[in-house]
Amino acid sequence: MNYKMMGRFIAQILAIEAVFMLPALIISAVCRDADAVLGFVCTIGIVLLVSAVLWIFCRSAKKGFYAKEGLTCVGLSWIVMSLLGCLPFVISGEIPNYIDALFEMVSGFTTTGASIVPEVEKLSKGVLYWRSFSHWLGGMGILVFLLAVLPVSGQKGGFTMHLLRAESPGPNVGKLVPRMKQTAMILYIIYILLTVLDIIFLLIGKMSVFEAVCTAFGTAGTGGFGVKNDSIAGYSPYIQNVCTVFMMLFGVNFSCYYLLLMKQVKNVIKDEELRLYAGVALAATVIIVLDLRGFYGTLGETIRHAAFQVSSIMTTTGFATTDFDLWPGLSKAVLLCLMVIGACAGSTGGGIKCGRVLLLIKILRRNIRQIIHPNRVLVVRNNDQVVDEKVLQNTNGYLAAYAIILVISFIAVSVDGFSVETNISAVLACFNNIGPGFDVVGPVCNYSAYSYLSKLVLIFDMLAGRLEIFPILVLLSRSTWRNK
Amino acid sequence: MNIIIAGDGKVGSSLARQLSQEGHSLTLIDSNQKVLETSIEKYDVMAVQGNCASMAVLKQAGAEDADLLIAVTNADEVNLLCCMTAHGINPKLHTIARIRNPEYIDQIYEMRDFFALSLAVNPDRQAAVEIERLLRLPGFMKREPFAKGRVEIVELKVDARSKLKNVTLSELNGIVKCKVLVCTVLRDGKAIAPGGDFILRENDRIFVTAPTDDLAALLKNLGIITRKVNRVILCGGGRISYYLSQQLQHSGISVQLIEQDEERCVQLAGVLPHTCIVHGDASSESLLESEHIDDCDALVTLTGIDEMNMVISIYGKNRGVPHVITKIGHLETSSILNSLPLGSVISPKDICCNTIVRYVRAMRNQTGAAVSVHTIADGQVEAVEFLVDDNTLHCGEPLRSIKLRKNVLIASISHGARTEIPNGSSTFNKGDSIIIVFSGDGVINQLNEIFE
Repeated sequence: MNYKMMGRFIAQILAIEAVFMLPALIISAVCRDADAVLGFVCTIGIVLLVSAVLWIFCRSAKKGFYAKEGLTCVGLSWIVMSLLGCLPFVISGEIPNYIDALFEMVSGFTTTGASIVPEVEKLSKGVLYWRSFSHWLGGMGILVFLLAVLPVSGQKGGFTMHLLRAESPGPNVGKLVPRMKQTAMILYIIYILLTVLDIIFLLIGKMSVFEAVCTAFGTAGTGGFGVKNDSIAGYSPYIQNVCTVFMMLFGVNFSCYYLLLMKQVKNVIKDEELRLYAGVALAATVIIVLDLRGFYGTLGETIRHAAFQVSSIMTTTGFATTDFDLWPGLSKAVLLCLMVIGACAGSTGGGIKCGRVLLLIKILRRNIRQIIHPNRVLVVRNNDQVVDEKVLQNTNGYLAAYAIILVISFIAVSVDGFSVETNISAVLACFNNIGPGFDVVGPVCNYSAYSYLSKLVLIFDMLAGRLEIFPILVLLSRSTWRNK
Repeated sequence: MNIIIAGDGKVGSSLARQLSQEGHSLTLIDSNQKVLETSIEKYDVMAVQGNCASMAVLKQAGAEDADLLIAVTNADEVNLLCCMTAHGINPKLHTIARIRNPEYIDQIYEMRDFFALSLAVNPDRQAAVEIERLLRLPGFMKREPFAKGRVEIVELKVDARSKLKNVTLSELNGIVKCKVLVCTVLRDGKAIAPGGDFILRENDRIFVTAPTDDLAALLKNLGIITRKVNRVILCGGGRISYYLSQQLQHSGISVQLIEQDEERCVQLAGVLPHTCIVHGDASSESLLESEHIDDCDALVTLTGIDEMNMVISIYGKNRGVPHVITKIGHLETSSILNSLPLGSVISPKDICCNTIVRYVRAMRNQTGAAVSVHTIADGQVEAVEFLVDDNTLHCGEPLRSIKLRKNVLIASISHGARTEIPNGSSTFNKGDSIIIVFSGDGVINQLNEIFE
């Protein structure tokens, strides 16, 4: 293990985190929240100190950065980032308990949006901003950001590929252009442009600038922290519809946008994952609209709420315009399925990802055909290209790890004695980075009822879900830490 | 620049490493997914799997807006077709193909435009030229020519009997009785930029800049035998052996070529009438004995197996052959090789890569760009030749008043036909060519980059 190289990397990431805390500090200062200012000043100081110490110790890092280092580095930096990032909540006294604050921060960085704060509106503006901004940063990934700004150093070679693979969601991560720095920059430019567009549309709907920015951050990272107690329900139908559309947009694979910019519209329209994504969203909306007959006053209102909730749950955002916990069973079942499917690979959303679901369906179809024709040679195709067997294997492995973690977490949180519906939806909502579940953790409630042990389990689930399980699991493997 | 490399083999991946370090956008094409994946993990490149000569694959790799295509698959025909197809897609594209088959040489030379080639590289032939240059002045481990062949950087090994052992560099010019400059010393696998009080030790490898005309005098004054090479034994009858024998028989050196495959022997005997072709196993002691290895002037091992070459060379060295040259094809030239008595090591892969990298650098920037680039001291040091032009800073100023970047040394200045090993009062002017020796990370693309 090249600990020094990893230390250097984490030092750089912490430096970036400190820089990104400055706007929150400025907002707190402008609002004259003395406690919040103190919180941010102390935290920035601590983060910079840790970063500097790491940097000094690891200055003389030798080259040699392989898959093992890449995976561990991603897992560790997310954990360190969250451990330090939650300090403003604690120091300012707004979330006095450290575990609660950590839960809130991990929920922010992993774009989950599950909260333990009963009264969101009581939080100060700086803290609210930092909460929402953590979604934005966690959505595309802080390491990808680091790759975009880090000067290209020829000697370091291609280890960056491991980082991109570990942090970007999806079964088959590739670059858009040959240079890693440019790839990361293109991703962030698309991300920033879409976010700005979202803010503009929200401002047109007469939202205040602060709320528009925070809501846009929550939407862009498909996170789900709102600035109001009732999430998006209190806003006008126009704003709700804007959110519906942008949540869907941020759930699309970002390489589709790159292809659009390259004027390859045909390839985008033909993309099988995109079609599945759109198809599932449409079908789910139609089913829920039919199921909700008579629940709301007009058909228009029903469609608006159904589409918003489908888009919010499928892209794993977790905003709500209505208490969908009151909906009939079929609608809730559909939402539960959407939680698991999730958004597209290469987007900011979570879940298993449409791309993986597509591969799993194809693997299943192949297995059935293989049983009928034992000697037939079958390959799995995606977008007319043969998918490598290794990718298929990894997809199966991912599903297995997913199921096992789900079951263990479910049993662990069940200790607290809530209903089965609460527990299963809480685990699913955290593991798939959605946020609200059903019953006790429903859209108008929060996670504060759970014990600290359950909260730690859910923190693990959120991190594992955001980083696609393996970067977190390798941290627990003994062979990672054993030298030679 | 956007560069496509077709063929991710020995040369392809070596190029990917060098060119991606220099900041180019690279796309690799190969039919083997496995090798591509290794390259993606190791270097900052993109990969396309498929047949590089097919239009669809080339388009997928971005041939439409690429600047350069380098075709280095193991088949000459595929390389040619690849270049022609890519040129059809994008007429502005520069193309480089590796062509190794001697039967194609004439048509490549005469029909270059037809094949749409900007440059054809033949590593085997280049290796043969290199070996022949070494044989002409035996005693040097390596020779790198600069300034149209007027200056060279040569490599010497300080062995137990050398006059240079335990000598400081400031005393050196007195011993060799001509103006030379030691620009780099390789000790225990590490390149050192030596000062005047640096003491040379046994087993050091030193890199010396000297005017080509002085090289013979240098050898003579160092007490290294300068007996002309009259008889050479070549082991292995591959393409390098063919090119080399052809050149050697021109200069009247008698050549014995040992080849294992009988059919190939017959074929070689047909094309090389003045060479003595011997059928047999070059690694067998008795055969080498019967070919009088004891009184040959030079032994060159050129079989296709690196390990075999190394073993034969060590045997030859032990038998007291004055000059041994070993070809290494697959292995990376590493410090392990240096500790073995292999004589001069020739790597066709490195020669080929250096040629292509030189072309790429020249393409990137027409003015002020490097005229030629050579990597010396196991790739740790670069020697770069520049032409001084109107844009060059500090023209006409004495060197002692110019501040140079760290790790940069001006090794020689050529004013027209007169070459000077510089001292503090030397100057350079427009039209001169100067050689820079540079160690450390990074690349020097422009002459002005050497100034602080």
